[in-house]
Amino acid sequence: MKYIDEYRQIEAVQQFIGLIHEVAGSRLMTFMEVCGTHTMAIARSGIRQLLPETLSLISGPGCPVCVTPNRLIDRAVALSRRRDVLLATFGDMMKVPGSTSSLDREHAAGRDVRVVASTLEALELARQNPSKNVVFIGVGFETTAPTVAASILEAENQGIDNYKVLSAHKVMPPAMRALCAGELNLDGFLCPGHVSTIIGSKPYVFLAREFQMPCVIAGFEPLDIVQAVFMLARQVRQDTPSVEIQYTRAVRPEGNPQALKIVDRVFEPCESEWRGIGIIPESGLRIRDVFAGRDAESISVDVEPFRETRGCLCGRVLQGLAVPPDCPLFGKACTPDEPIGPCMVSSEGSCAAYYKYQWQPA
Amino acid sequence: MGSVQEIRLAHGGGGRYTQQLIEKIFLPAFTNPQLDLLNDSAILDLPVSRIALTTDSYTVDPLFFPGGDIGRLAVCGTVNDLSVAGARPLFLSAGFILEEGFPLADLERIVESARAAAREAGVSIVTGDTKVIPHGKADKCFINTSGVGVVERDPPLESRVHEGDVLVINGFMGRHGMAVMTSRKELGFSSRIESDVAPLNHLTARMMKAAPGLHAMRDATRGGVAAVLNEMASQASLGVELTEEWLPVTEAVNGACEILGLDPLYIANEGVVVASVSADESETLLKAMKKDSRGRDSRVIGRVCREHPGRVVMRTQIGSHRIVDMLSGEQLPRIC
Repeated sequence: MKYIDEYRQIEAVQQFIGLIHEVAGSRLMTFMEVCGTHTMAIARSGIRQLLPETLSLISGPGCPVCVTPNRLIDRAVALSRRRDVLLATFGDMMKVPGSTSSLDREHAAGRDVRVVASTLEALELARQNPSKNVVFIGVGFETTAPTVAASILEAENQGIDNYKVLSAHKVMPPAMRALCAGELNLDGFLCPGHVSTIIGSKPYVFLAREFQMPCVIAGFEPLDIVQAVFMLARQVRQDTPSVEIQYTRAVRPEGNPQALKIVDRVFEPCESEWRGIGIIPESGLRIRDVFAGRDAESISVDVEPFRETRGCLCGRVLQGLAVPPDCPLFGKACTPDEPIGPCMVSSEGSCAAYYKYQWQPA
Repeated sequence: MGSVQEIRLAHGGGGRYTQQLIEKIFLPAFTNPQLDLLNDSAILDLPVSRIALTTDSYTVDPLFFPGGDIGRLAVCGTVNDLSVAGARPLFLSAGFILEEGFPLADLERIVESARAAAREAGVSIVTGDTKVIPHGKADKCFINTSGVGVVERDPPLESRVHEGDVLVINGFMGRHGMAVMTSRKELGFSSRIESDVAPLNHLTARMMKAAPGLHAMRDATRGGVAAVLNEMASQASLGVELTEEWLPVTEAVNGACEILGLDPLYIANEGVVVASVSADESETLLKAMKKDSRGRDSRVIGRVCREHPGRVVMRTQIGSHRIVDMLSGEQLPRIC
């Protein structure tokens, strides 16, 4: 296929693999990707197996569903139990277990939970169901936030008063700061491609300056990823930490100013809880007071007391401190069909990626 | 049916309306000696005593999609279940569950398309039933079909799959699932992907005749080619090795899958058969398949090996490898 096959050519990929082996040598290097689409792309094409044994690619908190804490899911569950609420969500959220329930379970119990493919579809549901509060669960990073912000502005424009958003949006750079300050020993970040089309390359500059952390913004095809890994290894080797863009066909240093403007109009930064990592300042997006009527937090519900899943290592997996097979539940009690932790539920979760593409039974 | 333009509850009541529905819509389309008697059961004469029996229910949404509709699907799906079991399909039943208010014109389109598919497959719809569900209690139209076929030679079975077997496929993967998915209006997608829904019985008959060493055949419906290969691997306790480059995927399906974050290996087909055949007969088999209109794009996609029993492993385009697992749940569009 034009514009895709070019990035999957074996010769070109192998050439970069050769260069990586040359540059990295036997030096231990650990790079983290913080985007679920990268996690899946790496597992799906089998890139890990082609890299030097001394070079590891580990997954970070790049899957929006996975980093969403139980508390938010519990709130969504509680909302769904109100008869005057219609809950609209992207499909990935359905099976994520909260403290004692999930949206999937609530749906089976007859609550009005609908899977939508876009925010505009959720808005349409609001138009068709004027007697209900239609609550869209806004989960996602900088890539998703603009479309949710746009849906709120559109609801204002069209006077659809019953459209609300439960905002669990998160932004990536503060989480990367938290990781650098933590116990993890990293040699570089494979920065997210989609997120960076919105925010550009500047928000990562502090990582290179303050933490001497090499950063490369990468695309999602195998050739993109191996080239980015090569660029990271080269930065490590030459000791020149900086922010480079490999994904130049989609990412500009300034990002997408229009999308950023819409997000800024509707949302403001707030502290936010990340599963496994805890509360990170300035890492969330809350709806600004001028749009308070759109904020589903204003609908009062009794949220059940918070309970963490026992034995599940998702928290450590999300920080790159464990790989999925380290978890005693992985592939046994926890599988994609009967997931216990969110990293197994989401199509972009690390555990799902490992299970689907790399896992070999003992 | 006079001024009545849509299905009424009375159409399922067994009275005059039911009679009219049968006489005006079902009988003219499906007419054959067994059905025309309108008895409670069809009496069938069979050439052999060994038969295959299968049943399937069809609930596709939307009812009409590029390349087919629920009527064609209901006939082809059951014909294909019989065909890959090594049977020659002969007779079908058809049960229609209709929602009150369903347009009669749509029912006529569906019945006409089922008629055409049955004719293409050379099977007769010999008995049927109609039920009507109050408005809002069922979604427009569901169809159940059962099928009877005769088994005239030893059927291909997974347990006969051998180490060294070659895996062949008859055509492009993922067309049905993507045709249905991209025609759902909520995705706001415009594509020209057509479903592959088609009866495979003529092709499978040709395959069994050409290659007595045909060890197993499966139609790759829900769960796609990945599900079929995993089932073969686990039932035979052998490994399957696929080569990504050999997998037949049209550019349109590939593009739509890329956009929606889906993998063509897991997408449903309604006209795709995957077979395991001994290596020395694979050439003959492919040659025979290519002569059939449903097999023009036949090719080898992998082989059966002793390594990693029960698992499907794929050599990726970039020269690495990965597991191809069974699909869990449904494939869902990406969210970030």
